[in-house]
Amino acid sequence: MSTRLGSGGRLLRRDRRIGFSFNGKRLSGMEGDTLASALLANDQMMVGRSFKYHRPRGIVASGAEEPNALFNMGAGARFEPNQRATTTELFEGLEVQSQNHWPSLEFDIGAINSKLARFLPAGFYYKTFMAPRSFWKHVYEPFIRQSAGLGRVPKDRDEDRYEHFYAFFDVVVIGGGTAGLTAALAAGEAGARVLVMEQTPHWGGRAPVDGGEVAGAPVDKFVDESVAALEAMGNVTLRRRMMGVGVYDHGYVLGYEQVRDHAPGTPGPRHRLWRIRAGQVVTATGAIERPLSFAGNDVPGVMLASAVRDYAVDYGVSAGDRTVVVTNNDDAYRTAITLKNLGLEVPVILDARAAGGGALMEEARGLGIRVETGKAVARVRGGRRVEGVAVCAQAGEGAVLEEIRCDAVAMSGGWSPVVHLWSHCGGKLIWDEAHAHFRPDVDKSPTGADGKPFVIPAGAANGALDLASGLTDAHAAGRAAAAATGHKPGGKAAAPEAAPAPEAPMAAVWLMPQGAKVQLRMKAWLDYQNDVKVSDIQLAAREGYASVEHAKRYTTLGMATDQGKLSNINGLAILSDALGQPIPQTGTTTFRPPYTPISMASIAGQARGALFQPLRRTPMHDWHEANGADFEPVGQWRRPYTFRRGQESREEAVHREIGQVRGSLGLLDASTLGKLVVRGPDAGRFLDMLYTNMMSTLKPGRCRYGLMCSENGFLTDDGVVVRLDEDTFLCHTTTGGAESVHGHMEEWLQTEWWDWKVHVANVTEQYAQVGVAGPNARKVLEKLTDDDISAEALSFMGFKEITIAGIPARVFRISFTGELSFELAVAAGRGRALWDALMEAGAEFGVMPYGTEAMHVMRAEKGFIMIGDETDGTVIPQDLGLGWAISKKKADYIGKRAQERTHMTDPNRWKLVGLETLDGGVLPDGAYATARGVNANGQRNVQGRVTSTYHSPTLGRGIAMGLVLNGPDRMGEVLEFPRVDGTVMKAKIVDQVFYDKDGEKQNV
Amino acid sequence: MSEAQSAMPGAAFEGAHTVRETGLCGMITLRGDLGASAMAEAVRDAAGTAVPGRREIVHEGASSVAWMSPDELLVMTEYARVPEALAAIGAALKGAHHLAVDVSDARAMFEVTGKPGAVREAIAKLCPVDMGHDAFAPGQIRRTRMGQVAAAFWMVDEGTIRVVCFRSVAEYVFGLLRDAGLPGGEVGLFG
Repeated sequence: MSTRLGSGGRLLRRDRRIGFSFNGKRLSGMEGDTLASALLANDQMMVGRSFKYHRPRGIVASGAEEPNALFNMGAGARFEPNQRATTTELFEGLEVQSQNHWPSLEFDIGAINSKLARFLPAGFYYKTFMAPRSFWKHVYEPFIRQSAGLGRVPKDRDEDRYEHFYAFFDVVVIGGGTAGLTAALAAGEAGARVLVMEQTPHWGGRAPVDGGEVAGAPVDKFVDESVAALEAMGNVTLRRRMMGVGVYDHGYVLGYEQVRDHAPGTPGPRHRLWRIRAGQVVTATGAIERPLSFAGNDVPGVMLASAVRDYAVDYGVSAGDRTVVVTNNDDAYRTAITLKNLGLEVPVILDARAAGGGALMEEARGLGIRVETGKAVARVRGGRRVEGVAVCAQAGEGAVLEEIRCDAVAMSGGWSPVVHLWSHCGGKLIWDEAHAHFRPDVDKSPTGADGKPFVIPAGAANGALDLASGLTDAHAAGRAAAAATGHKPGGKAAAPEAAPAPEAPMAAVWLMPQGAKVQLRMKAWLDYQNDVKVSDIQLAAREGYASVEHAKRYTTLGMATDQGKLSNINGLAILSDALGQPIPQTGTTTFRPPYTPISMASIAGQARGALFQPLRRTPMHDWHEANGADFEPVGQWRRPYTFRRGQESREEAVHREIGQVRGSLGLLDASTLGKLVVRGPDAGRFLDMLYTNMMSTLKPGRCRYGLMCSENGFLTDDGVVVRLDEDTFLCHTTTGGAESVHGHMEEWLQTEWWDWKVHVANVTEQYAQVGVAGPNARKVLEKLTDDDISAEALSFMGFKEITIAGIPARVFRISFTGELSFELAVAAGRGRALWDALMEAGAEFGVMPYGTEAMHVMRAEKGFIMIGDETDGTVIPQDLGLGWAISKKKADYIGKRAQERTHMTDPNRWKLVGLETLDGGVLPDGAYATARGVNANGQRNVQGRVTSTYHSPTLGRGIAMGLVLNGPDRMGEVLEFPRVDGTVMKAKIVDQVFYDKDGEKQNV
Repeated sequence: MSEAQSAMPGAAFEGAHTVRETGLCGMITLRGDLGASAMAEAVRDAAGTAVPGRREIVHEGASSVAWMSPDELLVMTEYARVPEALAAIGAALKGAHHLAVDVSDARAMFEVTGKPGAVREAIAKLCPVDMGHDAFAPGQIRRTRMGQVAAAFWMVDEGTIRVVCFRSVAEYVFGLLRDAGLPGGEVGLFG
């Protein structure tokens, strides 16, 4: 059983007890514990169930690579699934529940799958849930969903805060072990701006546990001195609890800082996502120990040898009283020696190498530990925890030579450099035969915009596994990074010198024993979380999955939340063996960010709640809010759709507003309309190119409605252009088009007509704009101004500068409603004052604000088109009967040549008409008019569609506009529009101007 | 006659740094040939300063002129002085191709004050800009993105940063600046 030792634990504060709960059980740990070490200290060997077979699973590792110990953590607004015990610092009150079992961890119905393992082979889902197709949605999907996923989905809104932070450094060192610290010192001494990030709360990485000497002193001292030296440098930033998430193009690096995870509830953001630009990136990310593939290597109590050592040294926790060590290298002997020195039993070290190890083996033997060379684990005894191992010869097929009782197994299959960050941005790997691992190919680095390398691997992450060579490598990496960012390497020219610790060569062992029969291979796990075994990979190879990427997806190897940190190399070695090809030929799967999962909330950062996205407000927005505005989003603006009064429905409110405008007086907040000033001697010529109409002939003081098309001829925007003076035009755009039309203008000016003398400025927000519409519009303005705004002084489509309610204003005689209408533009800071004055002066006319819906209905009654309703990116002005707005005199305008293409001039293009329902009802928006017969796909032929449709309160019936085949030539014909409920509506083709065809009302 | 209102009159926040809305500031977008002597004259007549260099801002009394792009300046002065400044620009650049428009009401301005490190940090949480002492200092201006909207800012002194954004998103920008200064969020990168 695992337990807390009486002494030791270099990271612990033994006098500080911390209470936490596991599956409702109250347990106690110590300050400095991780959740994993605290669970082991409480003999909680079994921590969860595997994904597919629901096998009992225990803690395997001590760091970010842990595949099994994932928990539902916290409650309510702080609940989060899949939290990794090995990287979770223990805090008072921490609550976790184990995952993927029902009804309980100890007794789990799903474990039946394990008995059915023979019937759940690789590719089971693909093979089983293929046919019949009719079962996909209602039979297979619910079944698969039932069994999918490990943790529970959070239900409550996250109550924590998250933020981003933008930072810039010459050199970013990822990893705060001895290599990272050494590289940082070398770069820092050269004067570079350096950031060092370490994912754990502690500096030094594995070195303090593994031991060794630097410059004649213990390595701990070297770590402390290095950190002190770095802290003293003003140009170096040290951050702990911050993980390198990913390395991207152009030196972009994401750092994930877990600011408050160890102290939840204290003020401040929980996570901070650092968005970093680095000149050079040093990946000092260390190495990860590989498991060995033997039968029962997933039984709780089978752990990585390095993890067993970590728990003993760092946390004073023993994985068991009797630990069998099984290895193919010298490093695992350190675990045996550590345990023995702590007074624990190591019944045997099984060394798969026939010749055994070197100096470390001799040291272990000297301590009286039995070492068996050329031996292997045939199988592990035990179910929910290790009870013993059966020993066999590595060279054989698994005949049991001896049974040895033990309660833990420490395994080591060698070390793989953490090459993830090196690989994210294109760094290539080479196969290192001596260490049986992939390491960075430093001649094929990720390259930046200048084509030069910008990532340098250092230490164990570069395959320099021992302390001495790691320090030398890291020192050189730091100096190179400094030099590459324009700094002259200063300080010490020589790397810190570590005492050499020679080790005997390791031997590649991918299966234990090497000739294991299928019964053993079926119990030899590669991927613990996704339940992928040696036999599954071999089956995939037999079924033709020769590519590692295909085999991965077929078997799900490495596709779990740990992304195969422990399983990938072992898996592809098995695959290579099955395919009969060398490992480098098989290659690796693609390494992608994030290195380990990061919170979704950290990606959102501040963009949540009120800051989720910007909400643009006009100067009258507060008034609208206070007066019952029912808003609709228009771009990032919120515009009043209608203003509801009392118990009114939306529709009633819209009808009331229309009646008021048609009968007397209404106000519209039109501030959101885009307003672009175009000025210069070539402004007229420029606008002639931008718009389909002729704008250069517009007289100062006059307004003209214009259409804007894309190069492909399609109608993209419309609005009223005003000529303010000889050189200056004011172009109104749609609300959503302000920024894009501005960009469109700048693009043409900067790329095509760079020699034309034209400047453009976006003044949309400089002005509050109010539409004053209705038969009493002039009367209300005359109450507020002494300027002459009579029909003679300010005729239709004219503009004038006046003073109204004491405010300087531009007044435009334009109408989108068909009524007598003025648009007033004043400085935004005085928009509210103008609005208030108009409301007050208009009281005698029963003035009301009207919203966008009333505006839309009124423009439809007048047959005016709306960008986005009548247009959808495929419609040209000619389709809309807007030929009158297309100049025939101009040699060119943007879209002209496109509109001359045969498809655009095809007489069979659908054209705009009005539609009048026979029963007075309202046509469904977007409904199609059907034609005889079916098309090649067996679908009903169509001959038109509805683009705008409303109930017109003015006319007391439904009105619509639509695009119809040969529509204008078919006046009076009746079309049929099927509705989704199966019924059919009939509508007659009519002129699209339903109201005041002669424009008498707007022109008074 | 009513007074013109700024976007968020009196808005203020105190935390790791303080934020306040400055009220209306006179602003003119001025486009033209920045190297022309007439331009130098226009800027001097309108604001009393020289034409700023690339990504720089210059001040004189209550007026400032900021570089916005290779052919655009932002002339700032008291709100009430804008017509006078526009007239001065118009006179100096008469006959020269240029554009000068009043954009005072199109903008909102906030002042972020606090410890030198704290104000740099507030911006670094929101804008993809190098706020290191070597990279950014008084006399410089950045046009960039703050959260999801366009913004520009400059340092008045080591403890004061002014932020300009569009008027319609003033509440959003104020919210961002406030969020960046909530307690417990100190990073400590800039001292």
